Amino acid sequence: MAAAAAGAGSGPWAAQEKQFPPALLSFFIYNPRFGPREGEEENKILFYHPNEVEKNEKIRNVGLCEAIVQFTRTFSPSKPAKSLHTQKNRQFFNEPEENFWMVMVVRNPIIEKQSKDGKPVLEYQEEELLVMCHCLFVYFFKCILFNGTFLKAMEDGGVKLLKERLEKFFHRYLQTLHLQSCDLLDIFGGISFFPLDKMTYLKIQSFINRMEESLNIVKYTAFLYNDQLIWSGLEQDDMRILYKYLTTSLFPRHIEPELAGRDSPIRAEMPGNLQHYGRFLTGPLNLNDPDAKCRFPKIFVNTDDTYEELHLIVYKAMSAAVCFMIDASIHPTLDFCRRLDSIVGPQLTVLASDICEQFNINKRMSGSEKEPQFKFIYFNHMNLAEKSTVHMRKTPSVSLTSVHPDLMKILGDINSDFTRVDEDEEIIVKAMSDYWVVGKKSDRRELYVILNQKNANLIEVNEEVKKLCATQFNNIFFLD
Amino acid sequence: MGEEDYYLELCERPVQFEKANPVNCVFFDEANKQVFAVRSGGATGVVVKGPDDRNPISFRMDDKGEVKCIKFSLENKILAVQRTSKTVVLPEKRSLKLLKSHNLNVNWYMYCPESTVILLSTTVLENVLQPFHFRAGTMSKLPKFEIELPAAPKSTKPSLSERDIAMATIYGQLYVLFLRHHSRTSNSTGAEVVLYHLPREGACKKMHILKLNRTGKFALNVVDNLVVVHHQDTETSVIFDIKLRGEFDGSVTFHHPVLPARSIQPYQIPIAGPAAVTSQSPVPCKLYSSSWIVFQPDIIISASQGYLWNLQVKLEPIVNLLPDKGRLMDFLLQRKECKMVILSVCSQMLSESDRASLPVIATVFDKLNHEYKKYLDAEQSYAMAVEAGQSRSSPLLKRPVRTQAVLDQSDVYTHVLSAFVEKKEMPHKFVIAVLMEYIRSLNQFQIAVQHYLHELVIKTLVQHNLFYMLHQFLQYHVLSDSKPLACLLLSLESFYPPAHQLSLDMLKRLSTANDEIVEVLLSKHQVLAALRFIRGIGGHDNISARKFLDAAKQTEDNMLFYTIFRFFEQRNQRLRGSPNFTPGEHCEEHVAFFKQIFGDQAVMRPTTF
Repeated sequence: MAAAAAGAGSGPWAAQEKQFPPALLSFFIYNPRFGPREGEEENKILFYHPNEVEKNEKIRNVGLCEAIVQFTRTFSPSKPAKSLHTQKNRQFFNEPEENFWMVMVVRNPIIEKQSKDGKPVLEYQEEELLVMCHCLFVYFFKCILFNGTFLKAMEDGGVKLLKERLEKFFHRYLQTLHLQSCDLLDIFGGISFFPLDKMTYLKIQSFINRMEESLNIVKYTAFLYNDQLIWSGLEQDDMRILYKYLTTSLFPRHIEPELAGRDSPIRAEMPGNLQHYGRFLTGPLNLNDPDAKCRFPKIFVNTDDTYEELHLIVYKAMSAAVCFMIDASIHPTLDFCRRLDSIVGPQLTVLASDICEQFNINKRMSGSEKEPQFKFIYFNHMNLAEKSTVHMRKTPSVSLTSVHPDLMKILGDINSDFTRVDEDEEIIVKAMSDYWVVGKKSDRRELYVILNQKNANLIEVNEEVKKLCATQFNNIFFLD
Repeated sequence: MGEEDYYLELCERPVQFEKANPVNCVFFDEANKQVFAVRSGGATGVVVKGPDDRNPISFRMDDKGEVKCIKFSLENKILAVQRTSKTVVLPEKRSLKLLKSHNLNVNWYMYCPESTVILLSTTVLENVLQPFHFRAGTMSKLPKFEIELPAAPKSTKPSLSERDIAMATIYGQLYVLFLRHHSRTSNSTGAEVVLYHLPREGACKKMHILKLNRTGKFALNVVDNLVVVHHQDTETSVIFDIKLRGEFDGSVTFHHPVLPARSIQPYQIPIAGPAAVTSQSPVPCKLYSSSWIVFQPDIIISASQGYLWNLQVKLEPIVNLLPDKGRLMDFLLQRKECKMVILSVCSQMLSESDRASLPVIATVFDKLNHEYKKYLDAEQSYAMAVEAGQSRSSPLLKRPVRTQAVLDQSDVYTHVLSAFVEKKEMPHKFVIAVLMEYIRSLNQFQIAVQHYLHELVIKTLVQHNLFYMLHQFLQYHVLSDSKPLACLLLSLESFYPPAHQLSLDMLKRLSTANDEIVEVLLSKHQVLAALRFIRGIGGHDNISARKFLDAAKQTEDNMLFYTIFRFFEQRNQRLRGSPNFTPGEHCEEHVAFFKQIFGDQAVMRPTTF
């Protein structure tokens, strides 16, 4: 089987095989209303990547998508086609706002094999891309976060402004799209919450309330530790996207100075900062530079009703990061940034070490550090909480999982089964590699367990999962 | 100076007696707090009045010369009169017993009835004080100590005057208070009051110095554990609290007045006489008069006007005189009648006009809860000791006294928070921050938070549609699990769908709400889930078959009905040896329904062996 061979790596033919990961062929956004008549088709296209493509081909591709969507609508008016799947590639369609269509065309992964007569043979791996359509949503949502809705852009400055904004945003973001590293967690688009005792949590609450009081222009605050969320003043949907942006884009870009430590040259550039470890991740780099730029990324939240435009200030001390969001009509000055630094910096430094200390105490109390016989991924649709013992570290470019990609694929398959039905379900799969994979769905929660017990039978596996639920999830209502 | 500014006042109902004049001598007994008005050496009458006496004692005695001193024994049993410096007369014949004798050269003495300690002044400079303690018919000698006299010009001989010494109990400890006058030779900026702590055992030690920053004539009182220093020249008084933080130099703590100097509140002398002359306006009383005599702890006597007052501290005006809320709380929490004032301070700091910052609010809550926790701990250790049966063996075990400084959650809820959250003009961010700050403070002192506080938080969040915040609080268990809270969450489901899951999770954690879980699931038509849950906890032998069959029938899912019906048939078989339902289970209509859908053959037959 192709999948098994792909993962084996050390097989006899391994040396002759070449793998090509999935690749983005094109990405475009169009609105059929903008050029309904013949000869005006080009007006429909709001964004097209890659831009070098010849105009007529662009028009042809857009026309094809339009036709597919129209055609499939006759079968299912409320749910038109989401994707079209061919041997070589897959197209994903999404209509985030009425009449605005986003289309992503992805080439299937390829394995190049040597045939007996020495000629290369390409094998397309059609089933591997199931997961990736979700990237489209994530990227669309990020687009909203940083640009607002399409409609709002139209109101502000017509098609011209919309096109400019899309160009600016997607040009940069499509370069950071890493299709091969997408997995179950991308489908969920969940939020990892930092486990914390009540008292430390209340201290953080108190800190946030005090900061919002002293920096009175702050409208919303979010607090993260170790790239995990602790508090969000934003609504869930907005936080979900901000969280994705922070953990996959902003934080990874700032890892280096952190690792460099206090005495590194990067630190030395910021004298007068010896009282605390706080620094801006967005905004001014050096507060002592009178010409420092106080420019912060703009984000858009509550796009469904109040539609708010905000500046995003991200400030970090050790592993604790705070996002302060202020109304975009107010422009934070260097003085404000200095004040923020002097108020937030020392307190956040103390708080960060408190959290660290408390976390270590709790970890010690919960005891057993030894590697368990299972790994799991948990997701709750209600609060978007995700938890994974499968992933070691997830960055945009690499998803470092501790299990074989085949198993990850099975998880994806189980998930797509789950999405088809509303009722609670349980699926148990015995994988080729002697692993057991169990998927459970109960009251909007999903749990995926990978068990490494070769000789276990179905009943034993079931018992094992029950035990896991009793120990790891005893404080929630999760039906056995 | 507004009227609300005076923080000291004379009591409303003074003891009134006949003014001192050439024929009427007035005496005061500190032990019984009685005033003796002796007319013409007692021949025309002696009137004795105490602070609590409704009916004054009056009697006559023969005029045998000038009375130097006159006193009753405790409980007014024996009268003693002193007419010469060396004799004391008891009108009835009694015998006195010599308990003990010590040989000392005594300059003067001072007796403190509350602590039953007498101080004797010895040596030429009069500044070595020898205390004795009377207890249960014995007299014990305590270590003597020396009062440091200020340096005086060579021409005058320094000595310790009786007038500059007082004894008083402050915060349960006996202190000797020495009024050290300003000396021109030293650098001090004014007079000071030096407090020597006189413990029951061990040596007397200089502990506190109260800086007066002025010179002139002073008098001391102790009221509600506060040292009050009256200054005649300026006709004002200041107060000191030795429990408030001062500057510690390694051995002595220096204190400054808690508040700016103020006069005692002006006092009107009520007009005595027939109702016809009430049109006369009351006469203002001359305060800080040179005829005032001050006694410990809180007595002021004006012999020329014929009044004895108790000095009192008014707490309300202090609220506005002490801007530092933390220090204000420290001060108020030590006062006897503090509860309502503290609650009003709390309300005030949450009001729109006088709103305090969150760190200040946090400090105030922490101080309240510190006192509250101390009391809870004392209660708990008392209860434990009683349980362990130590109450009889140890007479020292006393039920802790709940002072007014103990403000529990219900006090704060009733008098402060419930009104605060109702204020429409308050920004909800601030309301939530305050509630969370109070909950944080309670948690910090490990005090279990009452459910009504949680409900207040939830109510506020729901009112402002802040469901996601609520969700996060529940996720981190900031709001403790309880059945009422779970029910409240269930009721929120239509506004916020995840509330359903939150509620079920909470019911599960309570582990005493399994019936409720089943009801919730059945109401959602999750019959199979309900059955699996109850089976999972081993309760499926006791559930009502009818209830589950009803719910299954309502789903209009025949296969589900079949499964549930079969489950109960099997239960019947297992429990009673027959799959049939008993009449008591009232399942006839379900049996009929089952037969109608699946046929008579489908009904389980009794297994026979």
